[in-house]
Amino acid sequence: MEKSVTILIGGEAGQGLLTVGQILSKALVRSGYHIVVTQDYMSRIRGGHNTFVVRASASPIHAPREGADILIAFDARSVNEHIRNLNDGGIIVMDAEEQADCQGFACLRVPAASLGKPALFNIMAAGIAGALLGLDDGLLEKCLREEVGDSLQEGGEALRAGSTWARETGVSRSLPPPSPDTPRIMVNGNEALALGAMAGGLRFASFYPMTPGTSVMLALLSHADRMGLIVEQAEDEIAAVNMALGASFAGAPALVATSGGGFALMAEGVSLAGMTETPIVIIVAQRPGPATGLPTRTEQGDLNFVLHAGHGEFPRALLAPGSPEQCFKLAARALRLAEQSQGPVFILTDQFLADSCRAVEPFDPGSVQPVHPRESCPADETGYARYAFTESGVSPRALPGFGANLVVADSDEHTEDGHITENLAVRARMVEKRLRKSDILRKECIRPVCLGDEDPDILLVCWGSTLGAAREAAAELSSRAIKAATLHFSQVWPLVPEGFLPLLERSRKVVIVEGNATGQFARLLRRECGFVPHARVSRYDGLPLTPEYILRELVDEGIV
Amino acid sequence: MVCIEDFGTFETAWCPGCGNFAILEAMKKALVASGLAPRDVLFVSGIGQAAKAPHYLNANVFNGLHGRALPAATGAKLANPRLTVIAESGDGCTYGEGGNHFLAAVRRNINLTLVVHDNQVYGLTKGQASPTSEQGFVTKTQPHGVFSAPFNPVAVAVAMHAGFVARGFSGEIEALAGLIAQGIAHPGFALVDVLQPCVSFNKVNTFSWYRKRCAPLPPEYDPTDWDAAVHTAAEWGERIPVGVIYRNDRPCFESHFPVLDTRPPAYGSVDRDALREIIKAMG
Ligand SMILES: Cc1ncc(C[n+]2csc(CCOP(=O)(O)OP(=O)(O)O)c2C)c(N)n1
Ligand code: SF4
Ligand SMILES: [Mg+2]
Repeated sequence: MEKSVTILIGGEAGQGLLTVGQILSKALVRSGYHIVVTQDYMSRIRGGHNTFVVRASASPIHAPREGADILIAFDARSVNEHIRNLNDGGIIVMDAEEQADCQGFACLRVPAASLGKPALFNIMAAGIAGALLGLDDGLLEKCLREEVGDSLQEGGEALRAGSTWARETGVSRSLPPPSPDTPRIMVNGNEALALGAMAGGLRFASFYPMTPGTSVMLALLSHADRMGLIVEQAEDEIAAVNMALGASFAGAPALVATSGGGFALMAEGVSLAGMTETPIVIIVAQRPGPATGLPTRTEQGDLNFVLHAGHGEFPRALLAPGSPEQCFKLAARALRLAEQSQGPVFILTDQFLADSCRAVEPFDPGSVQPVHPRESCPADETGYARYAFTESGVSPRALPGFGANLVVADSDEHTEDGHITENLAVRARMVEKRLRKSDILRKECIRPVCLGDEDPDILLVCWGSTLGAAREAAAELSSRAIKAATLHFSQVWPLVPEGFLPLLERSRKVVIVEGNATGQFARLLRRECGFVPHARVSRYDGLPLTPEYILRELVDEGIV
Repeated sequence: MVCIEDFGTFETAWCPGCGNFAILEAMKKALVASGLAPRDVLFVSGIGQAAKAPHYLNANVFNGLHGRALPAATGAKLANPRLTVIAESGDGCTYGEGGNHFLAAVRRNINLTLVVHDNQVYGLTKGQASPTSEQGFVTKTQPHGVFSAPFNPVAVAVAMHAGFVARGFSGEIEALAGLIAQGIAHPGFALVDVLQPCVSFNKVNTFSWYRKRCAPLPPEYDPTDWDAAVHTAAEWGERIPVGVIYRNDRPCFESHFPVLDTRPPAYGSVDRDALREIIKAMG
């Protein structure tokens, strides 16, 4: 496996570990390192036990690792809970006041009270970790200022006190120097979705807060004034989706973001988008269900739900990005697909990817083609009919108030000009018209990408956020001279089997890796192309899949 | 010049003698009086007999889901504030299924006009009680009469300091057209709750029942006096006041978004340079 260092920061909610995590992550990215962040937090504001884990490496990395090299413990509980995660040569950093058995690991007991204000232990810890990793003090201070603002004057002192003290201990765990490279930015999945959507022409977003979907909206809101977006917190998810549809109907490319429980309330809007042929992007950031489930943890348990939500029959597409880069591209693509097919397009993500900060090359807004519904409005014509029958099923979409065409959209079955009808022959033709748009989605469908051996003995099939874990597990197998590969689906509906069935059939063992208990994607594959995998790796305890987890399961299943 | 013929005449799915016809007539008159052509107006409705009304005149229409006229109307208005947006639906749709949206729209004070055909019953689904049905109102689904107290939308809207609150009666077309036109002219949220007989399913609140009770507000009535409006709005019995019951000049929701003046979402395009800078700053 690559030479990487994992820093695990553990403590209670409210102790400031997020601040340490952010400072370190940012400093690592600015120094030229790659990172993968995993945030595991409880659904509470104070107390409990949370972790922020940063894995860093000079070469590209894609997944979190279970082992830690530096454990920054804000309390004794963090030592007790995570000492078993420490790799050989691991280092523990803790307040000297805390009592914990370090079981022979190198332990830096920080005399926080004599180094500065004990309340600033988190910032001292950032200085200490930075020094252990060999990061530059000035850079750390800059990142600190960006994180907490200039107001905290003692912050810089605490940071320096920490790093000076750590250097004096002589302990270090420095990373190999990063290869000189293009500068990178630090983004998580949800921020990347927001950026991609803005690049793709988004003008309107509405939401009702629900973790882990909310941070898409926070990211949009932080740039809304500058970008001229309207982002509105609605009274509930039902309002959010209906508002977005109203906005889209009136010409503003629109999205909503939520999680499974909020999406349950939006289901009527999915169907309305299908019937009124209104473009909309719906981001579902999955967390474990059923019901309220584990509000702050991760899962891929809503594939079936999203695939089937909404009464009646109409086309849809489901995208499932596997990295922040894909989040950026696919958010823009989703807006375009929604516009092209005049209907709902989904982005399935999850808490892990939503919160996972990575180092990426700055996204290029010029690399995606934004949508401009106004520019494709048909010219004025007498008797304009919003739902005119066409060969492709897509009818020219006029917008209300732009020209003389009157636009009539209806949730009832309707005639070509949008008025309520109970003419059953028209009904049948409208069904066919709407379903013809599936061909567009099939034509535009993104093929799954194969990484690794083209003729593998073991093929790990995955979708969405599990890309990184599967990819690193396959790389590990290859390093043991096993012919392995990963097949990643960043679009899970519609599926076009010609694009991947031959690979599935020629691979000796196909294992489907997904973050749910019932193998929803495995069943979908079987339903759509009759393919039955040799084994499944599934995780549903609320934590993200890791390469280690996959490898252990492969052994248990007798695959390796 | 806009004239009433511009809005056309359509075959309807309403029962003969229904109060909906008069509301449709008043709506057209209000549009003409407001100088609005069909292309300037977007009607957003929900589901019910009332919600079909926008299909019976020439205009832009988004006939969405039961209960959801207001959220869709809000989204459309924010996307393109240059449209005159009128939400139109029944009492069940607006105050029952869409109750939360009603409260939110009042709070936002978004600049749209809500016209509610209030027949105190669910017409389209054949006569079940609605939130405005009176206590004791017997239906097939409330065989012992309605137990719950009725919802008074006008009183609630006044209590919440809605921008413009009016009650009308479908039996007074000219007066109703005037109320709708004032609602459209009001720069904020405007509620026009219209009492409307349902000849098929409401045998209690009939045309003559309303006719006997609906009393125009006296000329000296001051709709900007909130305390007086609270009393007037609550009046419901032998006398039911109709007219503009309350109005204020709260700034409308849109006024908080400068971009809605300069470059509303439906007109805008991506500022790639600004986005590039935002992305660069994340490094
Ligand atoms: C989600 C949903 N629930 C229920 C219905 C059935 N439904 C259609 S109209 C209606 C009531 C209509 O009452 P109101 O809004 O007062 O309109 P009216 O027909 O009286 O004009 C109901 C319950 C529906 N269409 N959608
Ligand atoms: S059911 Fe009642 S409200 Fe509906 S059209 Fe008939 S009379 Fe009018
Ligand atoms: Mg009714």
